[in-house]
Formats: sequence, structure tokens, C-alpha cells
Amino acid sequence: MSAVTVFGLCAAAAVGLGLYGLIANPQPLRKIIAFNLLGSGVFLLFGIVGRRGAAAAFGNDPVPQALVITGVVVAFSATALAIALLLRLFQIAGSTTLDGPAPASPPSDPSGG
Amino acid sequence: MSIATVFEIALAAVVLGLAIWTIAVPDTYSATVGFIAYGLLVALIWVRLDAVDVALTEAAIGGGLGGVVLLGAAARLRDTEAMTTEAPSLIVRLSAAILSASIAAALAVAILLLPDPAPTLAPEVVSNSGATGMANPVTNVLMAFRGMDTMLEKVVLLLAIVGVWSLASDQAWGGRPGLRHQADPNGVLAFLARLLPPAGIVVGIYILWTGADHPGGAFQGGAVLASMWLLVIMAGLADTPPVRSRWLRLILVSGPGLFLVVGLGGLCFGPAFLAYPVAFAKPLILGIEVAMLLTIATTLGLLLAGAPERSAE
Amino acid sequence: MSVVRDIITVAGVSAGVFFFFAGTVGLLRFPDTLTRLHALSKADNLGLGFVVLGLLPQTGGLRDGLKLISIWMFVLLAGASVSQLIARTARQSGSGK
Repeated sequence: MSAVTVFGLCAAAAVGLGLYGLIANPQPLRKIIAFNLLGSGVFLLFGIVGRRGAAAAFGNDPVPQALVITGVVVAFSATALAIALLLRLFQIAGSTTLDGPAPASPPSDPSGG
Repeated sequence: MSIATVFEIALAAVVLGLAIWTIAVPDTYSATVGFIAYGLLVALIWVRLDAVDVALTEAAIGGGLGGVVLLGAAARLRDTEAMTTEAPSLIVRLSAAILSASIAAALAVAILLLPDPAPTLAPEVVSNSGATGMANPVTNVLMAFRGMDTMLEKVVLLLAIVGVWSLASDQAWGGRPGLRHQADPNGVLAFLARLLPPAGIVVGIYILWTGADHPGGAFQGGAVLASMWLLVIMAGLADTPPVRSRWLRLILVSGPGLFLVVGLGGLCFGPAFLAYPVAFAKPLILGIEVAMLLTIATTLGLLLAGAPERSAE
Repeated sequence: MSVVRDIITVAGVSAGVFFFFAGTVGLLRFPDTLTRLHALSKADNLGLGFVVLGLLPQTGGLRDGLKLISIWMFVLLAGASVSQLIARTARQSGSGK
């Protein structure tokens, strides 16, 4: 088994672990981390396929590499937006649970009062 | 087995162990630290896969800046840890485990059964690389052959920053993001924030410049510049700018704006949208990259700073 | 001549690996924050220094060598400052003892 295959199996496992954490972990921050783990596994799979398709004197196919670079930056901006949403939820509601009954009255803005 | 193979198997095992730790550990702060270590080791895997451009991006943005965002959130949400969040029932967890395991198994089978030789677009990249005058194939793909993706990605960054800013409360609308950082003006952090940025700015610009012919580029250089800016902010030497300031917004749109203008120029005076005239391809691409470097550095820094929390006055 | 270079590289990198190993053992085994930091900075400063020293004979020219040395310098600077910050926080919060 070549090293590329070992990394490929590692990437597949990271996708599985990330998906499990995304579903089974109740805390939103842990879900965000799990989602990032899933994404990093998918990016690695791109890299594995690019490495297998290495041709024309490149060590790795440049097309999937460019797609992954774009993907890493987009994943980072999505994470930052998700964290900002979470912090705002915590600021307004005082907790970070996503489930449970909606508050009866609209909560007043703590920083506004 | 060669030493390199032993190293690669050990690396994969440690990465896998960190991934399991990140998902399984009860404490959120430990999970965050585990994820940062995971991201840095994944960058090493990218080096072993001969994708140094991606390794730089992963280390700087995925592991570095992403880790800072997650750590900051984990620190601010630490008190909510005590509030018991109800874990999903055993059936949900079991079916999630089965679903994840089967998807991981399907991906593993796909990796093992990849066609040999795998499909690739590398020969096309080589045969067209003379058109841009740059030797780094990844930069060629990013800026020329898939230039549309890169331009739209700048728009995604803009949308993300607009989303983060719209989460401000009414009082802080248009104000300064994040909390004001206080640090000892004669302390170590302030010392580092005075000493490191001059060198860091040179390194960031060098990474952009060398990206034309070697691994590097606007994303990696922008991440270095953003971290220098954040270091100065965290040391309390500078404050985050109010988000309503005009120069800030001008920098944010300059990267995608210039990209769009050059693209439209290709449509009006050339064969297609984003078609660079061959004689000016390299200067045009370098110009776009310089604007992108500023935009990326500012956007990444502001995304890390978060939603406005203080009024500008 | 290339044999001498290779010997220097093997010796330097091996010494670096030894210090990294010792630092990691210390990080995992030492009881409190301050002693762990002490172990880590040994690995960062001395271990990386030996690795860089070992790699210097393999570089193509003066430019590459200067890049390697500046990487070591950056790690020294950042490592020392961050260790000091962590140690101060640990001392103030009382977990360092």
C-alpha cells in the first residue's frame, strides 16, 4: 500500500468522523469544528486524486490544488460567519442551545439596555 | 519499507488520532486545541502530497487563522459548558455512527479503486502555461484558467464580512468590531507587536511576489499580513477600525472590483470575459494579485475581529 | 566533500530529533505548566537550531541558507514571547504554582 493510499484512507476516516460529530454532538461550536474536520477530509481527497493524476512533470495536478486553495478560504469565511452568529446568539439569549422552546417574549437586547 | 513510508504512516496515524480526539473529547477547549494541531499536521500531509501551495494555505488559514477564530469563540463560550445540553438519544447516535462509517467506507473504496492512471488536466495546464508568463502552475490555474472561481471567491469573502457586520446590535452599528484589547504597553506582547510586523510585512509581500514562479501567492501572503495586523490589535497598540469608514470599504471592494474591471475589459476588447491580452497578461495578473493581497488581508483580519460591538465614538 | 556535508547533516538533524523527543516527553510527563513550557522551549529553540544547522550544508546557496536561519530566528522570537505570555497567565491564575 503506497503512502498516498494511506493518506486517502485517513481522509475518508476524517470525513466520517466529521459527519458523526456534526450529527451527534449537541454543542454548536463542536458542530462547527466537526464540519471543518469534514471539509478538511474532502480537501485531502482532492489532493489524493491530484497526486494520483500527477502528470507532465508535476508532483500533483495543479487544477485540484487551485480548487482546494479556493475551498480553504471559503471554508474559513463560512466558519467565521458561523462563529459570529453563535456569539450573537449567546449575547442575546444567554445560551447556545439550538433546540428548546422559543422564548415567549422577544428578548431585549442586553447591550441596548 | 523506506524511512519515508514509515514517517508517512506515522503521520497519518497521528492525524487520525487527533481527528478522533477532536470529535470525542468532552471539553470544547481541548477539542479546539486538537483541531488546530490536526490542521497543522494536515499541512504536513499536503507537503508529502507535493502540494506546497495548499500546504501554505492550510497552515496559514485553515490551522492558523481558523484556529484563532475557534479558540476565541471557545474562550468566550466557556461558561456555557456547564449548562447541560441534552445529548441526542442512543438511537440517533447509533444511526449517525452507521451513516458516517458507511460514507467513510465508500470513500475509502473509491480511493482504493481509483482508475490508473487517474484523470488529470495537468497536460492542458502545461500546454497553456506560456500564455501568462508565470511558472507556478497553481497560480496559473487560480488567476487565469479558473479565474472566475477566484473572482467569485472574493465575492464570497465580501458576503461573509457583510453577514458578520449585520450581526451588530443597534448601538454598535457601523462601530468597531470586537472588544478593545488592553495589554501592558511595556510587556512582551507589545514588544513582539512592535518587533515582528516589519519583518512579517516583508515576508507577506515576498510570498505574493514569489507566487508567480514558486509556491506562494495572494492568499498565503494575505494571511501573513492579516496576522501581523491582528497581533498589533491584540497588543492594544492599535484599535480595530470602525466598519463604516470609507477607506476600509474601498480596500474591501478593490480586489474583486479590479478583477471585475479586467474581466469586463477582456469581454469588451478581447475574445471573452476574463481573457487577458497575452502581451499584458503578467502585469495585469500581478496588478490584480496586489489588490487581492490587500483585500484578503483586510477581510481575513476583519472576519477574525468579528461583529461590531462598540460604537465608533 | 559531499560525504563531510552528509555527516554534518545526519549529526545535526539527529541531535535536533533528540531534543525534540526529549521536549515532547517533558511536555507529556511534567506535572505543571511552567516545567512543561521549559521542556517545550528546549525542543523549539535548541532542537530546531540543530535541525537548521544540519540542513545548512545541503542548501543550494547563500540565499537558501539565510532563509533557513531567519526561520529559526522567527521561531526563537515568537517562541520566547509566547512562552513568557503563557507563563505569566499561568502564574496569575495560580495554575503554574
